This record gives sequence, structure tokens and C-alpha cells, in this order.
Amino acid sequence: MVNNSLTLLGLLSRQPSYGYDLKHSYDRYFGAGKPLAFGQVYSTLARMIRDELIRALGEETGGGPDRKKYEITVAGQDKVREWLFTPDVPSESLQSNLFAKTVIALLIDDDADRLLDVQRSEHMARMRELTKLKQDAELLQVLMCDHGLFHIEADLRWIELTSARLARLKKELQNA
Amino acid sequence: MNALSSFPAVLSARSLHQSFGQTQALRGIDLEVRSGEVLAVMGPSGSGKSTLLHCLAGVMVPDSGSVAYSSPGAQLPLEISALNEPMRSRLRLTDFGFVFQFGQLLPELTAVDNVSIPLLLGGTKRAEAMRRSAEWLDRLGLDGMGEKLPGELSGGQAQRVAVARAMVTSPAVLFADEPTGSLDSLASENVLTLMLELVREIGTTVVMITHDARTAAYADREVVVRDGMIGAGYRVSS
Repeated sequence: MVNNSLTLLGLLSRQPSYGYDLKHSYDRYFGAGKPLAFGQVYSTLARMIRDELIRALGEETGGGPDRKKYEITVAGQDKVREWLFTPDVPSESLQSNLFAKTVIALLIDDDADRLLDVQRSEHMARMRELTKLKQDAELLQVLMCDHGLFHIEADLRWIELTSARLARLKKELQNA
Repeated sequence: MNALSSFPAVLSARSLHQSFGQTQALRGIDLEVRSGEVLAVMGPSGSGKSTLLHCLAGVMVPDSGSVAYSSPGAQLPLEISALNEPMRSRLRLTDFGFVFQFGQLLPELTAVDNVSIPLLLGGTKRAEAMRRSAEWLDRLGLDGMGEKLPGELSGGQAQRVAVARAMVTSPAVLFADEPTGSLDSLASENVLTLMLELVREIGTTVVMITHDARTAAYADREVVVRDGMIGAGYRVSS
């Protein structure tokens, strides 16, 4: 998941910007078909002003929030650097829905092999989609697709290994 | 359904069985490969996928079952599995191309000489063979590299020479066995993208063995071979 607040703060650390321009920068680099709502941008900016991570420069005529230019503070810059160099937790959870479905299928003596096959087909279809998207795409989009591809591939490797271990796993679960 | 499913089958395998001693490598495989499609054959090590490719390409004749090949313009399919070795060898030279994991270039020959081998074996005059080989090297982004020996090329460049050698006869079917298995991610992507761009331009059908899902994702569809059979849940369309 992209941290929207810190990403906006990071964009703002390049130069002072209007909320409108920030939103469009965000959409260009990170939107990927899901643009940020203006409301979300302005509520995030208001929160960052409260937390003294940014400040509003002089208002221009017209009044509304889109006429304000925002500038990052020193505290804001520190926050961005702290975010950049704090590693993300590798995996949020060890137990996915697929893991749960596999175990339940084995416990109720249903077809776990088939379940994994169906999931595998779905994963491969998504990988083909992402691979097609990469063709003639800008490098930024290629990187985004690659990120998705490598993650799906990791799931597929787990599916492959689990398929090979199903008989043993079933035995263990039934003896437990 | 795959958009290619309405295309005629180029290769049609029926009930293929093949054993090596006590080991059953293929246990009743049925498979159709459609004209112009890129098919990935996936599966764990020892699942029988290489044996399947060898049977489809006429490198090997199965113990039982048949492989029919419909060449472009032919009235009737040719049963590859019923041909003798010299006839299958001729067919492989004229109609099929091959790319292997480690390129298998001849180390003492230059890149352009390596590419020209299938043409020279097929009776093309040397000057013409050299011209066409150089042209294929250009198409694979290797212009100016023709006089290099395989040992002087990077892994990705050598594999592109291998692709040029496979494509120089404009084969109807390209068989690729782990074509990027020895390359890093970026080189692998470059080789695959170029290879598939060219085969799609020419209309060559591809049967590509891979255990790598990212490679298989370049294909139009995949089948998974497990224990000598095609997995029931794996007949996937794009």
C-alpha cells in the first residue's frame, strides 16, 4: 500500500506547489488508474499544516484551498527522510486467505489440488495482463508492473511447492 | 476462450506415452498447438515437459500415440511419429527452429557463421546464407557483432544469436527449451521481448518450455505438465 500522506509530502519536498499540481503529480506517478480525490489531497494538506510538516504560503485572490501554495518545513523534510530510510515490514501477515482455504479443503477432505490449480490459473492470467501492459509502456509503468509480477510469482512458487506437499500436509493435519 | 482457439492446429498430439526404463515420462498426453500461438509448457523438473517437446518436434518418436503436423499450405497433416529419422531430420531443418537454455552455439564459429548453419545445411548458397544471417543478427539488435565468437558475447547476446539461428529459416514452429533459463531478469526480458516480437511478425508458432512464471506470462496460454500428464485445471486461455 502506498502511504498517500508521506508520498504527497515527498512530492512537496521538491518545490512549493499548489494542491492542484500536487494531485496531478501524484496521479501521474502513482495513480495507475486510481487518481486521488481532491478532497483527500486538501484534507491531507490541512493535517500536515496542523502537524507543522508544511506551511501555506500567501493566499492568492480567489480564496479557496486550490489557490494556496504549500511549502515543506524542516520537520517535514526530516519526516520524508525518516520514511525513505525506514524499511518496510516484508510481509504483513503469514496467513493468507489462500493458506486458510488450502488447510480447510484438506480438513474437510475436499479437492485442495483443484483449489490451487484454479488460483494458479487466476495468477497466470493476471501475469499475462501485466506483461502485456509493459509492452510500449514508459519505464515508470514497467517498474510498477514488474513489482506486481514478482509478487504474483512469489505466490505461484508457494502454490507449486504446496501442491507438491499436499499429500504429506493432509496426513499431518489428519493426525493432529 | 482464447482468440486463437478458432485457428487450425499446427501440432496435434494424441495419447502420447513414453517410458525410460521403469520411469513413465509421458502418460497419455493430448495437446493441440494452434497456428500462430505462443504456448508455454510449464511444470516441475522431471515432469516430462522436455520429453513432450522432443516428441512434438520429432526429435523422438513416442512409445505410443501420435503427433500430427500441419505445415502451412499442406493439404493433409503429416504424422511426424510415423516418419523415419532422415525424414524427421529433414522436417526439423526445413520447418522447425530450436532455441535451448544455453544457446548451444558452436564456440569456434563466429556469430554469423553460427546463424548460417541451418541455411547451409538446407542447401542455401554461402553468400546468400551470410546475407540472410547478417540480416537476422541486425533484427535481433546485434549489428556489427557478426564476426564475434560466442565466447566474446554476453549471455544475452549469445542467446540472441541462438534465436537468430533458430529463426533464419523462418520456421513454421519454434521450439524453445528454457530459452532464458541462464539469463538474469533484464537480459531475459530483452531476449523474450525481441524473440516474441519477431515470431509474431512472421506468424511462427511457438512451443516454449519454462518453469518460470514470468517467462510463461509472455505466452498466449500455458499448459502444465505434472507426472507425465497435463494438469486438469491448467488448460488456461488468455
